[in-house]
Order: sequence, then C-alpha cells, then structure tokens
Amino acid sequence: MISLRGVYIIWLRDIKRFLRDRARIIAAMAQPALYLFVLGTGLGAAIGRSGDYIKFIYPGIIGMTLLFTSIFSAISIVWDREFGFLKEILVAPISRSTVALGKAFGGSTIAMIQGTMLLIFAPFVGVSLSFLMVLKLFAVMFLIAFSLTSMGIVVAARLKTMEGFQMIMNFLMMPLFLLSGAMFPLKGLPEWMNFLVKMDPLTYGIDALRYIVIGIHSYSLPYSLVMVLSFGAVMISFAIYAFNRQN
Amino acid sequence: MSIIEVNNLTKKFGDIEAVKGISFKVEEGEVFGFLGPNGAGKTTTINILCTLLNPTSGEAVLNNFNVVNNPNEVRRSIGLVFQDPSLDERLTARENLEFHAMIYNVPRSERNERIKNVLEMVELSERQNDLVRNYSGGMKRRLEIARGLLHYPKVLFLDEPTIGLDPQTRNHIWTHIRELKKKENVTVFLTTHYMDEAENCSRIAVIDYGEIVALDTPSNLKAQVGGDVLTLKTGNDEIAALRLKEDFGLDVKLVPSESEGTNSSGIYFEIENGDKFIPKLIKEADLNILSINLRKPTLDDVFLKLTGHAIREEKADVSTFHRAHMRMGRR
Ligand SMILES: Nc1ncnc2c1ncn2[C@@H]1O[C@H](COP(=O)(O)OP(=O)(O)OP(=O)(O)O)[C@@H](O)[C@H]1O
Ligand SMILES: [Mg+2]
Repeated sequence: MISLRGVYIIWLRDIKRFLRDRARIIAAMAQPALYLFVLGTGLGAAIGRSGDYIKFIYPGIIGMTLLFTSIFSAISIVWDREFGFLKEILVAPISRSTVALGKAFGGSTIAMIQGTMLLIFAPFVGVSLSFLMVLKLFAVMFLIAFSLTSMGIVVAARLKTMEGFQMIMNFLMMPLFLLSGAMFPLKGLPEWMNFLVKMDPLTYGIDALRYIVIGIHSYSLPYSLVMVLSFGAVMISFAIYAFNRQN
Repeated sequence: MSIIEVNNLTKKFGDIEAVKGISFKVEEGEVFGFLGPNGAGKTTTINILCTLLNPTSGEAVLNNFNVVNNPNEVRRSIGLVFQDPSLDERLTARENLEFHAMIYNVPRSERNERIKNVLEMVELSERQNDLVRNYSGGMKRRLEIARGLLHYPKVLFLDEPTIGLDPQTRNHIWTHIRELKKKENVTVFLTTHYMDEAENCSRIAVIDYGEIVALDTPSNLKAQVGGDVLTLKTGNDEIAALRLKEDFGLDVKLVPSESEGTNSSGIYFEIENGDKFIPKLIKEADLNILSINLRKPTLDDVFLKLTGHAIREEKADVSTFHRAHMRMGRR
C-alpha cells in the first residue's frame, strides 16, 4: 500500500520548492535570532542572569523553530488545495497513505534544515557542540519535526481554506510554544499550568534538546523520547487516516 | 466488458442534485463526449469516476474496478486534465512535468523524450524553465494539457480541455490526442460545451440538469433535427413567425436575444431542402426580411431541440472562468 518511491516523489517536490527560495531560508532565521538575543538578553538581565538565560532558552528557540516550520510546511497542503495542485496528487496512482507519509517526511526535513541552521548561533550563546552532540540533536530534531508535521497534516486535512490559519496560530501554535518551557524553567508552576505543560508534547521535545545541549532537564532523556515518539506515532496515524478520507 | 460502466449514478450536494441517476457505457478506444451547459453535472460525474468524489448512490466501474471499492486500481488506470487550474505554480513547467512523469511511472528512458514532445505540442519548449506563476492564463492551460498527455492511461479524462485556447493550439492538441488513441488505444472521455470539439467524438451524451437526454453518434444526433436550419432576421420577428406558421405550416422558433431590450434576434426553423425553399419564401412571403442564413444542422440545434434551450444561454460561462482565474491570481 505504501510505496517508498511515491513518498520520495512527494518529498522531493517539497524540498525543491523549499530550496528554491534561499532568501526566505535565511530570513526565517531572523525571528529566532530576535527571540534569542533580544528577548534572551533583556529577560536575562531582568532576572540578573544574562548569560545563563540565553543558554537556557537556546534549545527552546530551536524547538520553536521546529514547531513553526513544521506546521507551516504541513499547512502548505491547504495552499495546494486552493491552487488545485492537491487534485493532481489525489488522483495520482499512489495511495493516500503514501501521500501523507511523503508530506510528513518533506515537512520534517524542511523543519530540520531550519533547526540545524540555528546551530551556528551556538558559539554566540556560549555553547560548544561536539560532533556526537550534533548527531544526537539531529535524531531528536527529526522526531520532534516529524510528530509536529504529522499534527499539522491532520489540521490541514480538515482546513478547507487559508482563512482558518489565524485560528491555528492563536489556538494551537502559540499555546504549544508558550507552554513548552521553551522560555522558562518548569519549576514552581501553579497546578493548572503544570497540567497543561505536561499535556504539551513540545515540552518533552525541548527537554530532550536541552538535555543534550546544556545538560539541564526536567525528565530523563528516555522518558522524553518515548513521549515524543508516542505522540508522533499517534499523529502520523491520524494524518494517514485523515488523508484516506480526503476528497 | 466496457471500459466504463455507470449505473444509476447520483450525487447530491446538500439540496442540489448535481447528477440525477445517470447510466451509460463507454467502450475501449472510444472518444466519448459529455455535452452540456454550465452546471449540468459534467465535472461532478468525472470527479466521481476519478475517485475524487464519492457518489451519493449508484455504481461506477472503470477498467473493471469499482470506483468506490478499488480507488487505487482506478487511479492507476486513468489520466486527467482538470477544468480548474491544478499546477504547482512554484515549480517550473519542466518540474511540473517531471513530477507527473515520475508519479505516473513513466520509464526513465522515455521521460525526456515525452516531455520534449508535449512541450513542443503546446509550444512551450522555450519557456520550460520558467516558474509557472509567471505564465499567462493560456500558457498555464497549455501546460496543463501537456501534462495530461504525458502518460498513457487506459482512460484519459479531458474536462473542457481547450477552453480559452487559440484554434491553432487546439488543432495541435487534437492531432496529438488522435495519435495517442491510435498508438496506445487510449479511451478518451471528454466534456465540452464547444460544439466543434464535440464533433471529434465517436459518441456523445447530451447532459442537462444532471440527466442524460440523448446518447448517440454526432451524425445520428444531427439526423434528429429534420433537414436544414434556416435562420431569418426580420423587421418584426413575432409577426414573421406568425405568418410563416399560417402560410407554410412551419414550426418557427425565436432566436433568444443577445442584447437587452429586445425579445429575439431573429427566427429559425427546420426544413427539408432549404436551398429550394428560399426562392419560394422570397416570392410568396410578404415579410420584411433583413437576412437569410441556411446551414446544415449542428449539435447546437440538437441540443436546442432536445432541451428546449440553447447550450450557452446561461451567462454562468463567464463566472466559472472568472472563478478559475481568481484562484490562480491569489497568493
Ligand atoms: N463541491 C460542491 N458543492 C456544492 N455544489 C456543487 C459542488 N460541485 C458542484 N456543485 C453543483 O453541482 C452542479 C453541477 O456542477 P458541475 O461542476 O458538475 O457542472 P458542469 O457540468 O461541470 O458545469 P461547467 O460547464 O460549468 O463546468 C452545479 O449546480 C454546482 O453548483
Ligand atoms: Mg465542469
């Protein structure tokens, strides 16, 4: 039912489109840089621990970039629908499951490229990365990007037009980002917020990234990875299901 | 076994019944035409046959596969040119074609050759490396058709393929389609409201308000219209129609007016041996005749006769085209 060739063709198209616009790839680094250096420096100074704080949020900002890029890539399905290209894909001789997987791999590859580009900020925030750390980061970034893209596909399969996008931004992406502990330690929080934090899959992803980059963590690495992995498995299953009902 | 078999197919969109229980068969190697006005249900039927839509009831079988139960097998048997735009505007023309060739399993050794051929057919070879978003509307349409002819399916669906194209390009495309049919025994399923295009078909289903009102070869359909069609422009159409009815016992109809304020823009009737009737008409009828036009019956006349209204009476024509372009323009 799932053809690897089909997955590759769908993936290749997304990658071609992404690489075409080099200026945008660079420009996409502006937002994380602002968060990292401006917000990081400002808030760091406010709590009197400037250098530490930037280091602390650095993995969080990588997680944020993965989140935004993954969802944006998945949402491109809605553009494809509006421009009619989705029809070309949906009548092609490959199964809907293949299309969903191709989209998931395409989106996660793109998110990983953007996430990886942030690694050049490491020296500026005082983090030194070893080769082994980078390999580990790749693996974790892929897991995070794959689950988030799959979640994006589930949403995009239901979204008929781009008009609903603002809702996605306000009610999905921002809460996921803010509750993930990207910007603050997950200690001494009120119970209601603690609950929401634990419901946020990105919490575990960012915890794992932080574990690898600076050794600070709230959960054990295996626990975090299992959480991200399970979330990813559920989301890709939903994505495949949603695509199979697509018309 | 026919290549397409449709039984009692219906499709409802809420209250609108777009397809009302149609049945027909298409034989392998045919060029089968769907002829009907805007909103008749042509695209809806195609969307069901190509697995993009599920029918409300009824059954459709293509290449021996049921479109609802075996969508993957059906998709492996078909190719499509959609009515609405369906290109990736952020890729170049060539990349669009390569994507299609890959996903339809065109052998690598033949890919370049075929891409070259279809690009030549629609005269886009020189612009093949431009992004599609920089193409004009007509160029996009041509690319869309080129893409549809890149692989050789069992059944090729063409939904109003040549709308908005110049006659020369239309000729190129039809030559190519006929060749494809001959060499690869492709069955072509065509929708159109261009009568001259419908003449390319081996058989035509005339569809109106979701129902098939006639299904036959173009010549048999035309034979349903008795003899020739004579159209007159007169000083007063109502009076002229009345006189002709009384004096010659003719079944005279008014040509629907194209401009506001007048009821008709002439009258017409069917008559055997129209060329002999004209001198008689001029000698005997006391009418203020401004012009006379005699012609063989066309599918337009067939349509009018079968449904009582002209195929392009409705002004929706403009709006569907407009809708397609709005969509292309946004981004
Ligand atoms: N997705 C949809 N939702 C609601 N109504 C629809 C939908 N698609 C088609 N219709 C309706 O079904 C009817 C048939 O539409 P269809 O597109 O099949 O017509 P058509 O014969 O292809 O016309 P045209 O010549 O304009 O392409 C129309 O009344 C149309 O408004
Ligand atoms: Mg149509």
